[in-house]
Amino acid sequence: MELFTNQILAGISTGAIYACMALAVVMIYQAIDHLNFAQGEMAMFSTFISWQLMQWGIPYWGAFFLTLALSFAGGILIERLLFKPLAKAPILTNVAGFIALFSIINSCAGLIWDFTIKQYPTPFGSSPFLGSQLISTHQAGMIGVTFLLLIALYFFFQYTRMGLAMRAAASLPESARLVGINTSWMIALGWGMAAAIGAIAGILIAPVVFLEPNMMGGVLIYGFAAAVLGGLTSPLGAVIGGFLVGIFENLAGTYIPGVGNELKLPIALALIVTVLVVKPAGLFGRPIVKRV
Amino acid sequence: MTAMLNVKDLRAYYGQVQALHGLTFSLNEGSLTTLLGANGAGKTTTLRAICNMVRSTGAIEFEGATLSGRATENIVRLGIAHVPQGRGTFTTLTVEENLQLGAISRKDRAGIVADIERMYEHFPVLKQRYTQQAGTLSGGEQQMLAVARALMLRPRLMLLDEPSFGLAPLVVRDLFKILGKINREDKVTILVVEQNAQLALELADQAHVIETGRIVMSGNAKEIANNEDVRKSYLGY
Amino acid sequence: MSAADEVEVVAEGQAVEAVPKRAMTLGTGTSLIVLVVLLVIPLLAKNFIIFQMTMLLIYGIAVLALNILTGGSGQFSLGQSAFYAVGAYTSAILMEQFNVNYALTLPIAGILCFAAGFLFGQPALRLSGVYLALATFALATAMPQLLKLGYFEHWTGGVQGLVVTKPDAPEFLENALKVFHLKMSQDMWLYYFTLVITVAIYLWSVNLLRSRSGRAFMAIRDNEIAASSMGVNVALYKTLAFGVSAGITGIAGGLGAIAVQFVAPDSYTITFAISLFLGMVVGGVGWLPGSFVGAAFIIFVPNISESISKGLSGAVFGVLLFLVIFLVPHGARQIAIVGQQLAGRFRR
Repeated sequence: MELFTNQILAGISTGAIYACMALAVVMIYQAIDHLNFAQGEMAMFSTFISWQLMQWGIPYWGAFFLTLALSFAGGILIERLLFKPLAKAPILTNVAGFIALFSIINSCAGLIWDFTIKQYPTPFGSSPFLGSQLISTHQAGMIGVTFLLLIALYFFFQYTRMGLAMRAAASLPESARLVGINTSWMIALGWGMAAAIGAIAGILIAPVVFLEPNMMGGVLIYGFAAAVLGGLTSPLGAVIGGFLVGIFENLAGTYIPGVGNELKLPIALALIVTVLVVKPAGLFGRPIVKRV
Repeated sequence: MTAMLNVKDLRAYYGQVQALHGLTFSLNEGSLTTLLGANGAGKTTTLRAICNMVRSTGAIEFEGATLSGRATENIVRLGIAHVPQGRGTFTTLTVEENLQLGAISRKDRAGIVADIERMYEHFPVLKQRYTQQAGTLSGGEQQMLAVARALMLRPRLMLLDEPSFGLAPLVVRDLFKILGKINREDKVTILVVEQNAQLALELADQAHVIETGRIVMSGNAKEIANNEDVRKSYLGY
Repeated sequence: MSAADEVEVVAEGQAVEAVPKRAMTLGTGTSLIVLVVLLVIPLLAKNFIIFQMTMLLIYGIAVLALNILTGGSGQFSLGQSAFYAVGAYTSAILMEQFNVNYALTLPIAGILCFAAGFLFGQPALRLSGVYLALATFALATAMPQLLKLGYFEHWTGGVQGLVVTKPDAPEFLENALKVFHLKMSQDMWLYYFTLVITVAIYLWSVNLLRSRSGRAFMAIRDNEIAASSMGVNVALYKTLAFGVSAGITGIAGGLGAIAVQFVAPDSYTITFAISLFLGMVVGGVGWLPGSFVGAAFIIFVPNISESISKGLSGAVFGVLLFLVIFLVPHGARQIAIVGQQLAGRFRR
């Protein structure tokens, strides 16, 4: 029994990583109705920027907020330059665009900062949290920040005019234009916010998985899976999905025979897909009623 | 009476297909005009062209400002509210959020709050359901919501595309009464596209008849309603 | 808010754009020219080029299979690498462990993969769009790991994989050529062998898409609900599409194994599935001839990128890919349409 509880706790702490990433994924999905494959790389690049700023002597929190601002601007820039021209192109072409962006960012990061693993500091310290061997203070800090972010996003979308405008633009772009909303800029804003959230995710994750250009590969997939599991329209679902994915992954690795590290990912994904077959809109997503 | 909206030689295209073939008409300030015609005549296209939602050539002027070339959202901000076909309600948002969205381009918070209250007076059923998801409202209620949302803009001109579509006759009568009230009391110029010609001609003071992308008849609504030839040839009754 | 309130009503929109039937293939004239070119090139080129042409045809078949699935029936798949791997390993194991003739392994690979695809299509019925993409992604990531499993190592060769013997040209052909003092290299024989299969599959696929089944696929792609209300057995055709697509990919995989002379788990990762996807987009979704243009892109452009800049090869590839999708968002099909229009004007 103790092993089980321990695995659950361990799952929750890795799950915080996925929850963070999933929030960024849902954010962008709300804005543009697709999943952006390059989001992990954008988060990774932002994290490298923050690392570089610290190498140049800027203290942690200064680097943190500066990186957020730069990531926000960067996200908007990428959307305006690369994806606005593709707005009228078919979805699959846009997906190819995301893949191209992935390739570019990954390659550039590798060239600028090379592929050796780097240590990344944490503001929370890494001593055991409340004496537990399985959750460090950093992981507890991650969970805390994730929930803070979730609450902030909730307030933004439910109680601000900008948030309402973004929701409207994502829901029915034509109607949104008819009330005077510049839907094109709403998309750009969505990208900016997703980039900033991704940066937070990367900065929180780096101390655990170590900083290197390929650090987000696995995390992004789990982030997608978590977002989809939670229901792509629900930030809360994304966070809970993240924790669930972390738990699934750990339990699968511990209890299913023959499942070593390599099979954890497909098994976790398989479990998620099974849930989707039963609940196609995810756990907290609104069931989509299709009309002809 | 000044012409609020001037449309000259409007041609509109859906891809390679030309839907409007040189439409010319104007709207007088304060009028309630109806645009009539059979299915596919080009009525909806006309409204969409005014808001630059479809590719078009020709000159459209609203209170002196040229509309062609402006983005839809900027045309709206000049004071033109468009209630599209199918209502365009934000079905996943609440009734109150839909109303707030109508005023999203305005900056006067107090005015917006006051206007929402006025909408609830015009349409009491909306007040009952203000926290409900708009998609769960009935057809008639959604139409009321769509009109209310348009009014939240404090528009000078309101365009309505087939507001009677899919609604029971009694509901339509109520709706048209409210439109008349809005036109007279709030001084909103209205252009309403309708297939239900009889009802529309009772409500309107001016009318234009469109057939295959051209205006074939313009004039006073009562005259057109009384003109049997016009009714038989173009309006089917 | 009650549960009834939390429903999102969505108008059935088209995720995959429809390609008009007329535009689905090249004209007869153009097709013949292409065929002649394909027949003649190996006679003039070195062995390595012939090998690359063979791979182009093989990847072209794999992209074609994806085109039938996505462009034809509107279902996304990021899992084609899994079926390709199954086909490859089937051929390899049959050839090396059971001494089956290489040509015979291909239909077996095809049928096996068809069954696998058909079975996979069943649970996939309830998923669509991004959810289906995730499920197929899971399949693609699982496959290399499954192939590495110790349990199967006896057949699969585990992490190291299997070496596959390259076949010689058949005896009757070699004897016939000896009369003219000609020899056919292994590469050349394999090329023509692959070409025959490619043409056969291509013609069969074009026929499929023009047939009743093809119309059923496209009806499902354009509007599933309407299709079902017209009496199209959506479940059957969706799983059929998966099966056909997987089967063709399996044949491609088998050919790939023979051509490369080697199968190993890490050759068939998600990266390969993503490449096939890119090949489909660059060629033009739903445009079958474009599959080969797309295959050329995914074979040659990475090499070009690396020669431009070794350190930034990924970035160069990304930039080139962006260039292509900016210029032709609908893929090579757009160029073909322009070409057709010019040719039309020429004739007048």
